[in-house]
Amino acid sequence: MAVVESNSAATSAFPRDGNGFGWLQAIHPAGWALIVFLLFLPAFGSNFVLVQIFGWSFILGMIALSLMFLAGYGGMVSLVQMTVAGCAGYMVAILGDSAITQISLKWPWWAAVPIAVLIATIFGTVSGALSVRTEGIYTIMITLAIASAFYYFTLQNYTIFNGFSGFNGISPPHFLGVDWRDPTAFYYLSLFSAALSFVVVLYVSRSPFGLALQGTRDNARRMAALGFNVTAHRIAAYCFASVIAAFAGVLLVWYQGQISPGTAGVGPVVDILVIAVVGGLSRPIGPFVGALVYVLLRTFSIDALQAVGLDGKRFQLVIGLGFLIVLLFSPDGLIGIWQRIRPRLLGPRNAEGGTP
Amino acid sequence: MIPVSAGLKTTGNANALELRGVSRMFGALAALSDITLSVRPGERRGVLGSNGAGKTTLFNCITGDFPPSGGIIRFFGEDVTNFQPHERIRRGLRRTYQISALFAGLTVLDNVYLACRGVSRNRYSLLRPGRNDALFAAAEGLIDAVHLTDVRDRLVGELAYGQQRQLEIALALSGAPRFVLFDEPAAGLSPTERADLVTILTSLPAHIGFIIIEHDMDVALRVVESVTMMHNGRIFKEGRPDEIESDPEVQELYLGGGHAHH
Repeated sequence: MAVVESNSAATSAFPRDGNGFGWLQAIHPAGWALIVFLLFLPAFGSNFVLVQIFGWSFILGMIALSLMFLAGYGGMVSLVQMTVAGCAGYMVAILGDSAITQISLKWPWWAAVPIAVLIATIFGTVSGALSVRTEGIYTIMITLAIASAFYYFTLQNYTIFNGFSGFNGISPPHFLGVDWRDPTAFYYLSLFSAALSFVVVLYVSRSPFGLALQGTRDNARRMAALGFNVTAHRIAAYCFASVIAAFAGVLLVWYQGQISPGTAGVGPVVDILVIAVVGGLSRPIGPFVGALVYVLLRTFSIDALQAVGLDGKRFQLVIGLGFLIVLLFSPDGLIGIWQRIRPRLLGPRNAEGGTP
Repeated sequence: MIPVSAGLKTTGNANALELRGVSRMFGALAALSDITLSVRPGERRGVLGSNGAGKTTLFNCITGDFPPSGGIIRFFGEDVTNFQPHERIRRGLRRTYQISALFAGLTVLDNVYLACRGVSRNRYSLLRPGRNDALFAAAEGLIDAVHLTDVRDRLVGELAYGQQRQLEIALALSGAPRFVLFDEPAAGLSPTERADLVTILTSLPAHIGFIIIEHDMDVALRVVESVTMMHNGRIFKEGRPDEIESDPEVQELYLGGGHAHH
């Protein structure tokens, strides 16, 4: 894919220094500022900012991160990641508790969530197995076909998925003595989940598995000539990415309180691709940047349009134009723009250091 | 430098490589026809022939990059004709590519480390290796052997052409190779680098056999003990280097009446 040129940052499997805390020094001062800001945001941010802006961004960012892992490191553009999240969300509603009492099994959260993640991961892995032997546009088509099939299946099946209306009345559980419906608690839950998945992806990208995945992206034939089973390696990558998307799906259904076929319809499926590409596919931070911009545009463009006398329903146009402008100026998304202006802002000396 | 392979399947005194009637069609074009070839373990064989003779196609059939259209390929007695490339590699077969096939976005060390990983267990490991990882030492040894220690942490895309060719060889020698296919390793190298290459090839452990495709007679005839001449997808002549060099038919067909210097 043209979107994934070999401009990935130089990474090495090997620790540079003897001490085990080298990674702490690798965090850029701007990274530290971001960490402090996010940790203390509940002290001054409103509930709306905490949940509707940041909570939602973290969740969408995690789903886009699972796409970034496959596309950026593996060269596989999968449109099935939103569907994996939707599958996990549906399973939480079906296995756990919802207002649709005739279907929901009312399992406790500690049973429903792991099984939901497991089922969604199997779904994502099987989807991967169906698509990894194809390249480029054909991968996109196969994964889009699976996503569409899931959408229509949930729309038409009433015995398990409750058709058009889906499930409502789903809420985050009460555990560890915390009510996770509380905005601050839910903010920290989504922040923790997003940070954990970010760090894990960053770590795995430099592990033997991640390095080999980047090898299959750059030269699959050579990887086979080095003894790697390229097909199996790619399926394993789908499995790994699906775990992240599935956890995000659990958070998504808790965030929305409901799930219906539209949650993982073709629109949201494409939104995830847009978020990942606009944020930048070369680094794990890209999807989160893309998600935040998407959520901000989505939330405020209606008001902004009405303020200048236009119809608020045109917000999709604003989102589309914004993303078109970003990609026109930077094929590597917002991360690419940052990397280009950073030397000018920080001076050439600091530009070498890696920001997480 | 090169670990000795242990516990790999060998049937009796089987040949390292045995081809019986191997052919390969590209549409109506027969790139290889009825190739029958035996190479003993530890033997060093040169494959010569003009462009289009089928030399690289022969390599692609042996490694499984392109499966043969007909015939049987045995590797240390085991029928590998229908094996996937990675299954053949895990049995100790290695190759280099005529046009370097490296991972330009990774460092030299990571390239060689990946090659060592490919034929080891734990190739799916999610855990990053520590300083005392055994494969790390193996990778450093290989980098040292091909004189790339100075550029160990550089991105491969930044290396000079000759260094990339050296790295290509390091990748083929990683793990525990039993038999290596070298596809024109000297192409584009300077005279000094060619001399280095000859040293690397002649100092390989005796149990590692190889086939080398090489146009440069000064390289090819100094490192091999037998030569197979190919022409139009067929084996045309086999013999010792001196026999091939003095054969009038060979001279007319390929050497152009004397030594070919490229």
